[in-house]
Amino acid sequence: MIKQKVSGTVFGVVLNDHASVRKIGADVLEAAPYKGAPKAPAMYIKPANTRVACGSVVELPAGATAVEVGATIGLVMGCAAGRLNRDNALAALAGIVLAGDLSTPHASYYRPAIREKCFDGSLPIGSVKPLVDLANLVITTEIDGKIVEERSLADLVRDPAQLLVDVTEFMTLSQGDVLLVGVSYQAPQAKPGSQVKISAEGVGSLQFSIAGAQQ
Amino acid sequence: MKRGRIAFQGAIHEVTQAADGRVRLADGRLLNEADVQWLPPVVPGAVFALGLNYADHAKELAFKAPEVPLAFLKGPNTIVGHRAKTRRPADATYMHYECELAVVIGKTGKNVAKADAMDIVAGYTVANDYAIRDYLENYYRPNLRVKNRDGCTPLGPWLVDAADVPNPMALKLTTRVNGKTTQQGTTSDMIFDIATLIEYLSSFMTLNPGDIILTGTPEGLADVKAGDVIETEVEGVCCLINTIVDDQTYFATV
Repeated sequence: MIKQKVSGTVFGVVLNDHASVRKIGADVLEAAPYKGAPKAPAMYIKPANTRVACGSVVELPAGATAVEVGATIGLVMGCAAGRLNRDNALAALAGIVLAGDLSTPHASYYRPAIREKCFDGSLPIGSVKPLVDLANLVITTEIDGKIVEERSLADLVRDPAQLLVDVTEFMTLSQGDVLLVGVSYQAPQAKPGSQVKISAEGVGSLQFSIAGAQQ
Repeated sequence: MKRGRIAFQGAIHEVTQAADGRVRLADGRLLNEADVQWLPPVVPGAVFALGLNYADHAKELAFKAPEVPLAFLKGPNTIVGHRAKTRRPADATYMHYECELAVVIGKTGKNVAKADAMDIVAGYTVANDYAIRDYLENYYRPNLRVKNRDGCTPLGPWLVDAADVPNPMALKLTTRVNGKTTQQGTTSDMIFDIATLIEYLSSFMTLNPGDIILTGTPEGLADVKAGDVIETEVEGVCCLINTIVDDQTYFATV
């Protein structure tokens, strides 16, 4: 197989781990504006302008003083895939990738958060690595050398196979597209000057730093 | 100039519209527009869409007009060309069209001032931004299951050069279902005009050639069923035709 690069569209999902669902609160999800826990994956898109490589310096957008660092794993498509089932879903992958999905803090998931999630450089992303067993993979985030988050993919609401099934039920993913498996609600924040490192055993690490807005 | 992209006799062609309306290949061959396989007129980059960008439509959906543009993104999977077939799933009870002026970006732009915004526009085309309201959920609404379904955003047929559309903010929008007019409006009723949208989006992200902004739809939504032929037209730009099909037809082995 051709060694796959992240070349397509990056899709992500929120509220895909039990800890985040507990943190936002069952009562909040039942009340307005949400009026019920999500049924389909609660998705967003990170367009091409957001992607930057390991080692990058990410400049905050004007007006921002901090960013949430949504450490996650991306499933990298090795072929076009629509209407997958649990048995063939993981076979459609070329590999996985570490990603730092950066967002300016926003407490509400009600409206699309393009300004908060799609600023230039808001998706530091590593190189594609072979698929490993994701069932108990732990993703560690360090800011300035201090561990600020450790999350296990064992806590996912939809595991990678189920996420692929439920997403490809209505949209075809192309070779090189990436599906991020979820970020923590109100993930740890980094500030201008912060050095960030995201790592997972067997997948390596992704490093980047944050700079203040120029304006 | 009106430019399009088609598949014809095993190749992808960049075409233009001849004076008599036919499709002109680069080597001069002329084809009837109904006889070619239309592709979206540009390979889409980032595709933005606007929710509630016409005051009458916001009212129709019982929403207050937004204070900042309600922009969301679409993936390439949802974009299809002129005369494509779009699927209405069997469990849908309300699927509606949305006739929209689509703005195609032609130059890279970051922090573009409103006064300079129109300079980065390559041209205009027409989009039909279908929604299936049964799948609406209040997470990053309108959510992808409503707005980013395979083949649910027809685009085209022509990309019309910006120079040929002197006032994009005064164009009539019309939708016809099986020949009967169901939606009418004018781009002059947009809440956030094109220049404001470009200034807003480019204030936090770089816009690139091939990026597309679907600028929203006026009131006049109606449910569409399998077999319906939907024409979405923007005055002075083009008329986009799409046919709704059921699951059986869409997934049929042929």
